[in-house]
Amino acid sequence: MKALVTCKRVLDPYIKARINADGSAVNLDNVKMAMNPFDEIAVEEALRLKEAGSVTEVVAVSIGGPKSEETLRQALAMGADRAILVESDQDIEPLAVAKVLKAVCDEEQPGLVLMGKQAIDGDSNQAGQMLAGMLNWAQGTFISEIKIDGETANVTREIDGGLEKLSLKLPAVVTADLRLNEPRYASLPNIMKAKKKPLDKKPLADMGIDTAKRIEIVGLSEPAERQAGVMVDSVAALVEKLKTEAKVI
Amino acid sequence: MNTLDQTEEQAAFLRSAKEFAEQSLKPFAAQWDEEAIFPVDTLKAAADMGFMSLYTPESAGGLGLSREDSALIFAELSKGCTSTAAYMTIHNMVAWMIGNWATEQARDQYLPSALTGDTLCSYCLTEPGAGSDAGNLQTKAEKVDGGYKLNGSKVFISGAGSTHTLVVMARTGGAGPKGVSALIVEANSDGIRYGKKEDKMGWNSQPTRQIHFDDVFVPDQNLMANEGDGFTLAMKALDGGRINIASCSLGTAYAAYEAALAYVKDRKQFGKAIAEFQNTQFVLADMFTELEVCKNMLISAARHLDAAHPDATLQCAAAKRFITDHCYDVVDKALQLHGGYGYIKEYPIERHLRDLRVHRILEGTNEIMRSIVARRILAD
Ligand SMILES: Cc1cc2nc3c(=O)[nH]c(=O)nc-3n(C[C@H](O)[C@H](O)[C@H](O)COP(=O)(O)OP(=O)(O)OC[C@H]3O[C@@H](n4cnc5c(N)ncnc54)[C@H](O)[C@@H]3O)c2cc1C
Repeated sequence: MKALVTCKRVLDPYIKARINADGSAVNLDNVKMAMNPFDEIAVEEALRLKEAGSVTEVVAVSIGGPKSEETLRQALAMGADRAILVESDQDIEPLAVAKVLKAVCDEEQPGLVLMGKQAIDGDSNQAGQMLAGMLNWAQGTFISEIKIDGETANVTREIDGGLEKLSLKLPAVVTADLRLNEPRYASLPNIMKAKKKPLDKKPLADMGIDTAKRIEIVGLSEPAERQAGVMVDSVAALVEKLKTEAKVI
Repeated sequence: MNTLDQTEEQAAFLRSAKEFAEQSLKPFAAQWDEEAIFPVDTLKAAADMGFMSLYTPESAGGLGLSREDSALIFAELSKGCTSTAAYMTIHNMVAWMIGNWATEQARDQYLPSALTGDTLCSYCLTEPGAGSDAGNLQTKAEKVDGGYKLNGSKVFISGAGSTHTLVVMARTGGAGPKGVSALIVEANSDGIRYGKKEDKMGWNSQPTRQIHFDDVFVPDQNLMANEGDGFTLAMKALDGGRINIASCSLGTAYAAYEAALAYVKDRKQFGKAIAEFQNTQFVLADMFTELEVCKNMLISAARHLDAAHPDATLQCAAAKRFITDHCYDVVDKALQLHGGYGYIKEYPIERHLRDLRVHRILEGTNEIMRSIVARRILAD
């Protein structure tokens, strides 16, 4: 079974995001970029499934500019077998991402698509669900465990208030949550070997997909600065503050 | 440690080095120091990552990385454990010597297991009577049928007693540097005796011992290059070794600087964070500036070596002197900013200081570095 894993290049999660002076977008000039951490977890899980014998080939896919090649090289260095870069200068919306991935799936016919539950830049958490819908495949989102058993994938989902276990008929789309695994880091010899692994590029423009924007960004703002805490001297004072200042009760 | 012209591949190497340092070195460094543990399993894991074969030529089975890449990798590793990273640099230096100059038979015999970390290497130049004046070394390799008979003593040998392959500089000819040859010697050969493990100020995660050679037989095929080339080879190795040691000072000083940055925001005196005192701010600004200078000097020296530039030896000596002195000073500043907490072992700063002290002494003292620089600049 072939596994397809998606890898998005995003702002490094350890860097403080800053908004452009005109407030239109997060500034990405000269800032450190990295593979979306949830995608890294998805890559790791695909590699573990391969090591366990459930998967025979791991194909990494990214949609993005020329620099996204480096993100794919990271997946290859971790152990993916080959990669596909859908070249696009613009950051496309989740619906368009799902359409592009559907086209890739139609061509590649994977038995399993592993994705991060969301990309940490847009935090949309939509592409996986929409892709499963378009393919009419089973979906398991926010998974913290996956086991392949013949034609089924048994997954554990992290849901509000507990865990949910599902059996999915393959092919399926699953999205990785934080606790699925701890991704490996590549050895230097594997980083060097990754340079020679196959990486196909297809221009998005040639795929005949409508990627027109449907979402308008009205504005961006930085999160409010955290205020220093105050000590209250009684429960009554706390309740009073929760009512009148925090207005949560 | 980013540079503006960093390649993505370099970034990937450094990311892996950083992860390894954080997960496999840093959590254990204090214990290795305290209990003087040589972490051989960790060195094996480091070899699996590629860290024990960084600049050994690809033709000899190494990764064939540039000295620049290697230097930046060693700096990242030393953020986790200075002393262990420093041992890795010595192992890399010896592996590089074997990869470049050993006979084919000796290379095939000793190098593969060194590159996988299954065997470890030591570099044996210093003698009780010949430290800075290494060209005057007295260990004798007398020609006998089929090889050499080795007699003499080496002192302060890193890893000795726990390593498997020694590269020994010994006298095969007359007095002076031109009479020295480099030999590969198996560490458990008949006639080798090890001294006690030295009790040291720092560098405690690696043993340092004397080695005594008493009629030790070394076969002809274990001679590197030609008779009389040994001192030149030893000095060539040290050009790189000096960059490596400077890297370990730089990475450690960065770790101390980062610890100080966090500490001063947290620590309050006189009702405010000590970061709000102008002195604290100026000290931090100086630390940052000194680290930037050191980083750029390190990269520049490494690039001279990569380019086989005629001034490579000069650049490496100047960089070793400057970086090991200034990074020691940066760690001292970090210690001062920590106040009394900097002096106790619960915090890593005092260990950083103890570990960096010896970088100003070994691979040529910083006074000898000044001699090398002066000799070269006055020659023109
Ligand atoms: C922990 C540790 C690990 C080591 N590991 C190794 C190893 O793996 N392999 C190895 O071969 N060696 C190793 N060494 C040895 C190290 O390289 C020597 O200690 C160093 O070269 C200095 O030699 P020395 O100790 O004999 O000092 P000396 O040469 O006696 O120097 C004493 C002082 O005199 C100064 N001095 C000497 N000559 C001059 C001069 N001409 N002009 C001005 N000042 C001068 C020196 O700078 C120094 O300050 C190690 C040492 C230590 C402490």
